[in-house]
Amino acid sequence: MTATSAPPAPETAAGRPLPRLPWNRHLIAIAVLAVLLVPLPLILPPAQASVAVRVLIFALMSIGWNMMSGFGGMFSFGHAAYFGIGAYASAWLLVEHRVSPWIGILAGMVVAAAFAALIGFLALRYKLRGAYFALATFAFAEMLRLWATNSDFVNRAVGYHVPLRPEASWWWLQFEPSSPNYFWVALALTVVALVVSVLYLRSRAGQFTKAARDDEDAAAAVGIPVMRYKLLTMALSAAITAVAGAFYVQYFLFIDPDLAFGSSVSIQAILPAVIGGVATVWGPVIGAVVMGPLNDVTATMLRNPPAGLEFLQGRSGLDVIVYGTLLIIIVLVLPKGIYGTIRQRWFRR
Amino acid sequence: MTLLRVDGISKSFQGLRAVDEVSFEVAEGSILGVIGPNGAGKTTIFNLIAGALRPDSGRVHLAGREITGHTPHQVTAAGMTRTFQLMRPFYSMTVLENVTIAVLAGGGAKRTARTAAAELIDRVGLGRWRDAPTEGLPTAALKRLELARAVASKPRVLLLDEVLAGLVPAERAPVMELLEQLRTDDGVTLVFVEHIMAAVMRLSDSVLVLDLGRVLTTGAPEEVTRDPRVIEAYLGEDPHAHA
Repeated sequence: MTATSAPPAPETAAGRPLPRLPWNRHLIAIAVLAVLLVPLPLILPPAQASVAVRVLIFALMSIGWNMMSGFGGMFSFGHAAYFGIGAYASAWLLVEHRVSPWIGILAGMVVAAAFAALIGFLALRYKLRGAYFALATFAFAEMLRLWATNSDFVNRAVGYHVPLRPEASWWWLQFEPSSPNYFWVALALTVVALVVSVLYLRSRAGQFTKAARDDEDAAAAVGIPVMRYKLLTMALSAAITAVAGAFYVQYFLFIDPDLAFGSSVSIQAILPAVIGGVATVWGPVIGAVVMGPLNDVTATMLRNPPAGLEFLQGRSGLDVIVYGTLLIIIVLVLPKGIYGTIRQRWFRR
Repeated sequence: MTLLRVDGISKSFQGLRAVDEVSFEVAEGSILGVIGPNGAGKTTIFNLIAGALRPDSGRVHLAGREITGHTPHQVTAAGMTRTFQLMRPFYSMTVLENVTIAVLAGGGAKRTARTAAAELIDRVGLGRWRDAPTEGLPTAALKRLELARAVASKPRVLLLDEVLAGLVPAERAPVMELLEQLRTDDGVTLVFVEHIMAAVMRLSDSVLVLDLGRVLTTGAPEEVTRDPRVIEAYLGEDPHAHA
């Protein structure tokens, strides 16, 4: 605080109105954005529409990650675990038991939340912090990947193909590949996740979670049961990311252990939030808007490299190089992410 | 009536007895000053009775209920809140947000929590910083914030760890007045660790002197500061000589 930013204010604030809370503004912005985006798949050519769906999947994964790692301060390097649980739970129920994907999404959320609470309990019980906590989350995701790869229960490395249905069906969440319904479903899921995260931040539980992130001992000293709120945050975070996994399977009609539990999935949950702004409501969404098209561009370049870059033909890993470069640039130029830095510079908060 | 009773608590760290069979009682509505040289175990005792550390032996009772080995948030819920020697604000938040969270944690209704917090902030004299981020606040403001946050949780017993340290004399007087008010107006019982003898003499009903983890003596401030053992162990010279 400098003298310039503190005008000759009175010693008391009595009578001064309380500052406005940001929650309603966030909710209005979400509603406006949702309405504006509804006609998007009708305007975009089909190829671009599929990029838009990918953007929403990224956003959904990362909104989940951001809740635990951004607002909760518990850095997860293993969100693939929850994405994969969502994907496998819904695929398993659909393929093996002919259960609707909608129920599969719910089942995936419940299992992922329970698994997150278990991991969280163990990690917090043994007081893992920082990098050690992140490594533990990574280890659990890897454990699931190895289990899925080697277990007959979930078809080993083969994974699942979603059986194609003769006609489109809302109940089975299956439409023609170019149907705008996929986009609308993904948009609805993302909007719900955003609204849930805003309501959570506004709630007592969300406030306590942020306090515990800032200073665990001080939070406990004012009477906050830190462990309870951390586990709650992890469970909610995992449930949201599980929705992304379950939707992914229904959209791409295919899942295997690497697509579900691979470490690159964990990275895809982290990057949008880091690019957009960790611990902000909009960071994951903005980051996903940057990352989704990039993903598509790199894939296209590997398939049909432009003149002069023919050596790229058929190679893989370009996306990882691009992500890495982008991440370095973001961290150097916009250390709080695109949205985080803009908010800080222009709105002073 | 005894509100806080500590019976023979001990704590060792790798064989070193940091707190050794310490017992004391605090009557409801009274102020107990805790003094002693560095390393006497003052902060460790706070950590033991506030639940941050588990005592090796001994018991702690608050309002007749045993709270030995309770976790910190359980101790706070039972009615005893501590402050930290080094200020520990929720750094990503404004002063108002910090205190609002403490009001909520103390069971305050969500609808009125911010108003209650704003009133409390005015009361501790932090009004002009109310909407400022805690990052970059001066020490004096952070000390008051620490106090406001502790009071917001509506404690019956407040454990204050050097709330005056780091304040210049002009800043100390209002804080001391505030502490007296908390006792007289709110009926809060205070236990405070302090090095500034003027404050100890002015505020305390009784003083507990610690040395090497043990209770050296306890009694009224006047008696205690005249005790030759206290002078030798801690004061180094007779504080009344300059009075």
